[in-house]
Amino acid sequence: MGQDVYQHTFPNGLTLLAERMEHVRSAAMNFRVPAGCVNDPPKHRGIASVLAEMITRGAGERDSRQLSLALDNLGFDRDESVGPMQISFWGSTLARNLPPALEIYADILQRPRLPKEELEPVQSLAIQDILSLEDEPRQKVLIELNQRHFPPPLGQDRRGTREGIESLTPKIVRDHYARLFQPRGTIMSVAGNIEWEPLREQVGRLFGAWKPGQEPELALGKTPPPVEHIQKETTQTQIGIAFPSVPFGHDDYYAALGAVNVLSGGMSARLFTEVREKRGLCYAVWATYKTFKDRACILCYAGTTNERAQETFDVTVAELQRLKDGIEEEEVERVQAGLKSSLIMQEESTSARAGTLASDWYFLGRVRSFDEIQSAINDLTPKSILGYVHRYPPANFTIVTLGPKPLKV
Amino acid sequence: MPFHSQILKNGLKIIGETSPSARSTAIGFFVRTGARDETPEVCGVSHFLEHMVFKGTPRRTALDVNRDFDRIGAHYNAFTSEENTVFHAAVLREYLPQAVDILSDILRPSLRGDDFDMEKNVIIEEIGMYEDQPTWSAYDHAKKAYFADHPLGNSILGTPDSIRALTRDQMHAYFERRYVASNITVAAAGRFEFPALVDLVEKACGAWNGAAVGRQGIRPTAGSGKFEVLTKEKVTQEHVILMASGPAADDPLRHSADTLALAVGDDSGSRLHWELVDPGLADSADCSFHEYEGTGSFYTSFSCDPERARENLALVRKVLTDVQRDGITDAELQQAKSKILSRVVRGSERPMGRMQAIGMAWTYLKQYRSVDDELQAFEAVTLKSIREVLEKYPIERTTTLALGPLAGLEK
Repeated sequence: MGQDVYQHTFPNGLTLLAERMEHVRSAAMNFRVPAGCVNDPPKHRGIASVLAEMITRGAGERDSRQLSLALDNLGFDRDESVGPMQISFWGSTLARNLPPALEIYADILQRPRLPKEELEPVQSLAIQDILSLEDEPRQKVLIELNQRHFPPPLGQDRRGTREGIESLTPKIVRDHYARLFQPRGTIMSVAGNIEWEPLREQVGRLFGAWKPGQEPELALGKTPPPVEHIQKETTQTQIGIAFPSVPFGHDDYYAALGAVNVLSGGMSARLFTEVREKRGLCYAVWATYKTFKDRACILCYAGTTNERAQETFDVTVAELQRLKDGIEEEEVERVQAGLKSSLIMQEESTSARAGTLASDWYFLGRVRSFDEIQSAINDLTPKSILGYVHRYPPANFTIVTLGPKPLKV
Repeated sequence: MPFHSQILKNGLKIIGETSPSARSTAIGFFVRTGARDETPEVCGVSHFLEHMVFKGTPRRTALDVNRDFDRIGAHYNAFTSEENTVFHAAVLREYLPQAVDILSDILRPSLRGDDFDMEKNVIIEEIGMYEDQPTWSAYDHAKKAYFADHPLGNSILGTPDSIRALTRDQMHAYFERRYVASNITVAAAGRFEFPALVDLVEKACGAWNGAAVGRQGIRPTAGSGKFEVLTKEKVTQEHVILMASGPAADDPLRHSADTLALAVGDDSGSRLHWELVDPGLADSADCSFHEYEGTGSFYTSFSCDPERARENLALVRKVLTDVQRDGITDAELQQAKSKILSRVVRGSERPMGRMQAIGMAWTYLKQYRSVDDELQAFEAVTLKSIREVLEKYPIERTTTLALGPLAGLEK
């Protein structure tokens, strides 16, 4: 399939990526700044989330309301999300409205006002964000699972702690911004009905003078004990299980993806079939892949009525371990069909493409072509997946449960 | 993008919008049946039946159904609402014949007794999952409080008791009555040939029963006007929903109602955002407009620290009263229109989005609505038409439901 993909790294380190999609009228943008929550100082945990919320509250010539109105008038739907490594800025609108939106983002990233009167409301929102997690048991168990599986600060939750958020002052937030927001390591990707040359010229004009800084260093702590039960009087018990896999870009990456999809790639995949369809143990059960640059894991989730929780757990773990016993040709064919169809359908979504360009660049320092991915999918066989499973067997589980009673694990 | 339609002899409707630049094709079977069409003794049957449709036919076991979909890399699912049960799949175009074959086959399910008993457990798990999510629970209770004895107040999932009591024969009788050809629309969008689609559907569905079926209790409601507080000590935040009446799905005022809701409670730059979320008083606050057959409603909701719930409720009421008295400003109208224009265009770029849009339009309006028709209808919204909505459907005349740790939340 013909693809129009462009890349340019400016002298200050900012990388611009773009894909021209002629058949759409929209364009999507994804900006990733290496200021994720792993950089939160231990006594100010939650600062990345506070900064992401404050940074759009006025920038350059515009105050908070003027900025919001300017983006709304461009029909620019947007969101800021805080990941472990990066703060991401997402947005999409009609392609012709993208250039004026980029002018506004040049202010947000380089000239945010971070007004002191906005800190208190943002702190209040951040604390409510932590509290409302108590009303979302599924999310709670997955957050806890990440924190127990990866060494700190890799797995730590972006929400931080109440104490960390309450400790912030306007100066601390501004210093954090000044330390981490910089062009080196920042990725900007755009996909949609755009023209490359004018885009590159505009981004160069808007961001060319942005001064590079130091890239932050990361020291890892000790991983906490791998088994935890969170006591809560809920209707269902939530179960989270994680075990190590290989990172994105590893020789075994596609085989790992194959293994995850054998477990959870469609409704005929193993977990859904064995846990839900054959035994009626739960409504939701799935596995997914999560990666950092140097490590990765497979995460599994199941939510089930308390009386059936033990059986659900036992059946799920047995399915993970059964991977080693063999994988059928038929299963691999279904996995390949699913992966290929997702690959092609992604070409219909500007925001999906913008996201993939940026994550490819972050992990690999290049953008994978459609043909490269398709051929890697075609090359999957029961043998290649099984080889991976034997090299990285489902073992050394991290297990977190939430509900009225702990399980036997 | 060219539009096509055809009605088979048994009354089954087939519609399609073709788009040569699309990479895939989306297809959906829209059955005009849902919770509002249930009697109390079969509460939850529409949604349970949606699950049973995937459990196999004389030609396929449950596992075959899932495997056949996965073999063609389909992105497939189904959903049940108050008024519709929709089964859909997006596939690469070469797999459209297989997708039609599977969907048409499963729409005549065997409803085998042992599958029925097993799937009861899954439904009860699904109810349990939602019970643990106060946001969803509050929405369900608010609908019940507002619609009271109106059929739109019927629970979609049912209760563990109603599901346990349901028999396979009751479900079969409901299926026979509601899943007739005349009550189903097949909609497709993306890259495909319409005549070929008609051939496929006619071969697969031409022999389906064509008996007529209706819908009882289509009428407007202004809501009960109740004020209910449901105390749940284990819930952390207070979740409050205020409902008011609005225009129906076929009312020309619906675009004005949508625009009004966006100006009042979109997640950026709206009145509720500036009043409650921006100052950090609530972790969420929004307003949306839902349209149904015969009536519509505005859902205004927020969640916050219980200690702030009373003062926030007063603020929300003041926003609604101000809007009722003065309407919105011209600047707010233009801002809302810019957002809608962008959302309509982006939502139409994927075949799945267009398939859902044309399927719903055909189900409710019996007409085709192109992207440009929708854009023009929103462009035509004026401050005057918004005033007309407010006169006919006062947004401040609310039914209120609060769910959370609070024991009371007096007006």
